[in-house]
Amino acid sequence: MPEELSPSQAAARIGTTTRTVQRWIAAGVLPARRVGGRWRVASDALDAVTSETRGGAGPLGAFGIRTLFVANRGEIAARICRTATGMGIACIGAHETEPALDLLDGAAVIALARSSGADALHPGYGFLAENADFAQAVGRAGIRWVGPPPDAIRGMGDKARARRLAATLDIPILPGYDDPDQSDEALSGAAERLAAPLLVKPAAGGGGKGMRVVRDLAGLPDALASARREARAAFGDDRLILERFLEGPRHVEIQVLFDQHGNGVHLGERDCSIQRRHQKILEESPSPAVDELLRERMGEAALRLAAAVGYTSAGTVEFLLDDRTGFTFLEMNTRLQVEHPVTELVSGRDLVADQLRIAAGELLSVEQADVRLTGHALEVRLYAEDAEAGFLPATGRVERLVWPSGEGVRVDAGITTGGEVTGRFDPLLAKIIAQGRTRAEALDRLRKALDETVVLGLTTNLRFLRWLVREPAVMDGQARIDTLDRIWPPDDWSARAVVPDEAWQGAGRALATSMSDASQSDPWAGGWRLNAPPILRLAAGDGEERSVAIDDVVGRAEPGLVLADDRVHLDIGGRSVTFRLATPPDVDRAARAAAAHSAAGSSEVVAPMPGGVLAVHVAIGDRVEAGEPIATLEAMKMEHAVLAPSPGLVTDIRVEPGDQVVRGQLLALIDGEAGPSSERHDRLITTAARSGGTHEPQIEAAGRDRDDRPATAHDPPGASGSSS
Amino acid sequence: MGVLRSRIDPSAPEAVANRSAMENLVADLRARQAEVSGRGAGGDERSIARHRERGKLPVRERIERLLDPGSAFLELSPLAADGLYDDEAASAGIVTGVGKVEGTTCVIVANDATVKGGTYYPLTVKKHLRAQEIALENRLTCVYLVDSGGAFLPLQADVFPDREHFGRIFYNQARLSALGVSQVALVMGSCTAGGAYVPAMSDETVIVKGTGTIFLGGPPLVKAATGEDVSAENLGGADVHARLSGVVDHEALDDEHALALGRSIVRNLNRRPPVPPWDRLSPEPPAVCPTGDERTAHLYATVSADSRRNVDVREIVARILDGSRFHEFKPLYGETLVCGFGHVEGYPVGIIANDGILFSQSALKGTHFIELAVQRKIPLVFLQNITGFMIGREYEAGGIAKDGAKMVTAVACAEVPKFTVIIGGSFGAGNYAMAGRAYSPRFLWSWPNARISVMGGQQAARVLSTVRGDLATEEERDAFEKPILETYEREGSPYFATARLWDDGVIDPLDTRRVLALGIDAALNAPIPDTKFGVFRM
Repeated sequence: MPEELSPSQAAARIGTTTRTVQRWIAAGVLPARRVGGRWRVASDALDAVTSETRGGAGPLGAFGIRTLFVANRGEIAARICRTATGMGIACIGAHETEPALDLLDGAAVIALARSSGADALHPGYGFLAENADFAQAVGRAGIRWVGPPPDAIRGMGDKARARRLAATLDIPILPGYDDPDQSDEALSGAAERLAAPLLVKPAAGGGGKGMRVVRDLAGLPDALASARREARAAFGDDRLILERFLEGPRHVEIQVLFDQHGNGVHLGERDCSIQRRHQKILEESPSPAVDELLRERMGEAALRLAAAVGYTSAGTVEFLLDDRTGFTFLEMNTRLQVEHPVTELVSGRDLVADQLRIAAGELLSVEQADVRLTGHALEVRLYAEDAEAGFLPATGRVERLVWPSGEGVRVDAGITTGGEVTGRFDPLLAKIIAQGRTRAEALDRLRKALDETVVLGLTTNLRFLRWLVREPAVMDGQARIDTLDRIWPPDDWSARAVVPDEAWQGAGRALATSMSDASQSDPWAGGWRLNAPPILRLAAGDGEERSVAIDDVVGRAEPGLVLADDRVHLDIGGRSVTFRLATPPDVDRAARAAAAHSAAGSSEVVAPMPGGVLAVHVAIGDRVEAGEPIATLEAMKMEHAVLAPSPGLVTDIRVEPGDQVVRGQLLALIDGEAGPSSERHDRLITTAARSGGTHEPQIEAAGRDRDDRPATAHDPPGASGSSS
Repeated sequence: MGVLRSRIDPSAPEAVANRSAMENLVADLRARQAEVSGRGAGGDERSIARHRERGKLPVRERIERLLDPGSAFLELSPLAADGLYDDEAASAGIVTGVGKVEGTTCVIVANDATVKGGTYYPLTVKKHLRAQEIALENRLTCVYLVDSGGAFLPLQADVFPDREHFGRIFYNQARLSALGVSQVALVMGSCTAGGAYVPAMSDETVIVKGTGTIFLGGPPLVKAATGEDVSAENLGGADVHARLSGVVDHEALDDEHALALGRSIVRNLNRRPPVPPWDRLSPEPPAVCPTGDERTAHLYATVSADSRRNVDVREIVARILDGSRFHEFKPLYGETLVCGFGHVEGYPVGIIANDGILFSQSALKGTHFIELAVQRKIPLVFLQNITGFMIGREYEAGGIAKDGAKMVTAVACAEVPKFTVIIGGSFGAGNYAMAGRAYSPRFLWSWPNARISVMGGQQAARVLSTVRGDLATEEERDAFEKPILETYEREGSPYFATARLWDDGVIDPLDTRRVLALGIDAALNAPIPDTKFGVFRM
C-alpha cells in the first residue's frame, strides 16, 4: 500500500532537497496531488521516478533515447559508449560503422546516424561538438542533440561576443579589443592603447590556433597577417581580438551542468596549467590555488554566464587565474572536455550520463548545495607524439599495451593492441587518471600508474609524462601555463634519454634469435663471427646506428620488448624505441651525411612530420640563413615552419603548396658553401631526436618563437580538432 | 639412412674432464681472438685513436659497414703472426674473410693501418695471397679496403721478390679479373709504391677524399729523387686520381661514403652463382646433440683431453651431420677410416674421418669413396685425427706406400670442394692423405686441441736419439730428447700453425657445422668440374 509523502518527506526518503522534489512536481515529472494546499506524493510514484532519474544505470528508454550515435573516435567514443551501454542505450561509434567516415562532413555524419537508427547524437569533443550549424542540422534531422542549444554554441563560439557578454555580466575580463571593426588602423590603434605585450587571437577560434604574442608593436602587422591567415584556414573567419598578455597565469576552468529547465550547478574547478603549445597535458581537480571562497565566486560567475546564453548540458567556463589580477574570463567551451574525468572522480558524477539525461529532458537531480567534492584527482594525456623532438605527432602500430590498474586509477583509452595510429586522427591515445584522498596520494598513484604503463610500437609522450609527474613544480602545485615551457626539456635530458647499452643488447638478442629462427636455412644470416659474439648492425628509431656484439643469443622473454615483423620495440623509461637491422649505407645518404660532417656540402631539408605543404618560402637560387623558413607545413591543423638547417644556397626544391608529404620526405636541398657553421643539422629529425633538448629543435609552431609564451590556455588541437 | 647414436655419458668422469679441458681451450681461443679484434683494429688504443682522428674508421668497423647488415663474416686466420714479429703485427696487419655484400659472397681484404701503417710483413703478403687464392678457387668477388704504406722495409727481402711475394698480389688480380672475378678497391688511406697497383689493377675503384692517396713514390721519395716539393694530397689525392689521372673511378667524402660506393659497385656486378648439381635440404640440428648448454657438453665431451687416447670419431660425426644421419660406406672394411655421406646444414657432404692409423685397406676405401664423391659432385669433408700410415715390414711389403699414394692421388685430383678440419693429431703422411694444407682444400680449420707435426714429439725425439746412438744412460737420453720434445710441443700447437697460415683459422668445435656451411656455400660460387685422376699405382 503506497503511502503519501510530503515533498520534504519525499526528499528525505531519497536523499535530495525539498526544492528538487518541488521542481519535479512543478515540471510534471513526479506525479502528485494537492491535499489541502499541500502537495502529496505517492511513494510508488517517487520510486518510479527515482529509479529513472537518479545516478547509476536507469534506463532512459522512457525518456526517448534508445540508440545513441557517437560522432567521434578514439578514447572519447569508447568512454561515451561505456556510460550509454550501462544505461541500457545502444551505442554506435562512428568508427565502427564507417571507419573512413570524414567527421568534418556534417551531412555525411547525420546521414550515417539516421541510417543506423540513432535517435540521439553525441558529438564527443572536437570539431562537431562546437559547430552550431551541425547541432541545428542534427535537430532538424529528428535526432536528439546531446549538447547545448545551437544558439548557446554560437554565442560562445564567437570569442568577441562572449567577451562582451561577460563584461555586461560584470564577470572580470582582461583589457582588450573585441570590436567588429577589423581594419588594421583600428587594431593597431587599440594595440597602442593596450600596449605590449599583448595577445592576438581569432574571434572564432579556440585551441590556440592562430594566436600570436606581440611583445613589440613593430611585430604587430606580421602577427595580424599570420593570425588572420591561420584563422581563416581553421575557422573560415579571420576576425581577431586583442587582449592584454598575462605572464604566467594559471588556467582554471569551471565545470557547469544545466538541464533544459533552467537548473544549473557547477562541479568545481579544474586546474589545467600544465600545457605546451596550448595543449593541456596534465589536469587536476581541485586546483591547488583555489579555496572554497574563490571556488564559490568563480562558480557563481560561470553559472551566471552560462545561464545568460540559455545553456544546457555540460559545459566549461575557462578563466585565467593570476596572482595579482585574480580570475578573468577566457572563453566558454560548449561541450564535454577531454579532462572531464577529474571532475567525475571528485564529484562522484558521470558527466556523460548527466548529458544524456539532460538531453532526454530530465531534471537535474542535484542542487548546488548537494554538490560534494571529495579528494583529489589528476589526469595526464598520453599522446602519440614525440615530446623529445618538439612534440611532433608520431604514427605507428600499437604492438604492446599494458594499462595500469590499482586503487584509484582510471584509464580512458582509445587504442588497442594492433591498432594503427595514423597522422590523420587525434594523437590523444588515452587518459590516465588517478584519484586519492589527498593530492599527494593521487599524485603518488598517478606516478605508479605511469610506471606500470607500457605502449610499444610507436612513440608516445609516456617518458615525458613520467618525468613530468616527478617535477617539483608539479609536485608542489605551483605550475603556471608557461611552466612547462620553462622546465622542459631539462638540461640533462639528452644524457638521461640516451639509449642504454643494455637496450642495444636486448634488441640485438631479440633480432638475432628471430633471425636464427626465421632464416635458419641461410648460414650467412645472424651476424655470425669467428670465435666472437655475433655482430648485428642495428638502427634505433632516432637514426642512430651501432654495431652490436651480442654476447648471449639465447632469447629471454623481456617484458618491455616486443618483436613485430623484423623490428624490435623496446621500452626505454616509457619511450618506445624501435630497433631494426640497419639499412646498409646508401650512396646518397652516405654522401649527404658526409657532407654534413664536413664544412661544405649540401644539407637536406626534410619534413619533420607528415602533413600538407601550405607554402614554400624560398626559390631555387635563394641564399638562406640557418633558421630561415623554407616551407610551412600543416599537420594536425597546426602550421609548422620548416627551417633551414644551415646557411647556404637553395639548390633544389622538391615540393609545392598542396603537396602531401610524409615524415622524412626531402623538401629542399641547401648547398652549404657558406662555410662551417657551429651547429650542423644533417637530418632535422635525427638531430632533434638525438639532441633530446640540448638544442632547440629546428621546428617551431608558427607564431611562437622562443621568447613568446602562450598567454592563454585553450583546448588543445587534439580536443577541438580531434575529429579532423 | 642410419642415424648415429651416442654412447657417451656426458656425466661420466672422463666426459666431464674432456668437457672441462675443451672449455678451457675454447676460452683461451676466444681470448686470443678478442685480443686482436676487440678494439676494432689490431693496433693499440693510441694508434686507433689517431686513426679515428683522421676521420678513418678502424678496419673492422669498415668491414661491418661494408657487409650486409646481419651477414656472417668468415674471417680467415685472425691469429696470423701470433707470436711473430715481436708480436707487433696483430692478425699480420690485415683482416681477410668472406662475407655477403649486396647478397654477393665476397672475399674482403682489408689493411689495418693501426698496425705499422698497414705495411706488408711476409705473413701479411701470405695472408693477402691466401685470400686471393680463396677468391680464385671459389670465384668470389674481391673487395680490397686499401690502407697500407706498402712493403715493411726492414723485411723487404722476404716480401718483395719471390714468386709468392708482393708482386703475386697484382698477378692474382689480373688473373682473377680475367676469370671474371671482379676486383674492387676502396682506397681508404695510403696506397703507396707497390700498393698503388692494388687500385690500379682493380676493375672499379673508389678513393676517400682527404685520406686516400695513391702514388708509386711518396713525397719523401719524390723529394729525394727529383727535388720536387709536393704534398701527399697534391701528389696522389682523390682529386688527382678522380679528376686527372683516372686511377680511381669514384670519389668518396668519407669512409662510410666509400663503403656505400663499394656496395653499389658490387650490386651492379649482377653476379649469379652457378646452379649446384644437387638440391640443398632444410637444415636440421644433429639428433644426438641437444641445443644450448647441453650441446656444448656433448660435443666437448667427445674430444679426449689426452691426445694419445683415441676417440670414436663417429661420436664427432654424429654431432656434425644433420639429424646425425650417416650413410656409412664400407663400415666393415678398413675400419680405421670412416667414410660416408650425410648433410651439414642441408648441404650434402662426403665425410672422411680418421679412426686410427691408416692401413692399406683404409687407404683403398678412402680412394674408392673419393671416386664416389667426385662422380656425384658432393663436397668432401676430412676430419683429420691421424698419427700416420702403419709402418713395419709386413705393411711396407704389403704395399702400404702405393695404397697411400692412391689415396693421395685421389685427394690431390678430386675437383669437388674439399674441406679439412683437424680435430686431433695431424702427423706425417696422414696429413697429406687427409687433405692437409698442401692438398688445397678450399678451407682448412683446426680445433684448439689439434697437434700438427711430421711425427709425434716422442717418436721424433726417440728417432733422433736412436740415430745418434751414443747416449749410454737413460739420463743422457732424456737430456738429449728434452729440447726436441719441447720444440715439437711448441711447434705442434695449433697457434704456432695458424700464426704461419698453415690453416685458415682455429675454430671452436661447436662452430664446425657453421664454418662448413659457410665454406660450402662460398664454394658454390664456382662450378664443380669433372675430375680427372692421375695414374693410380696398382
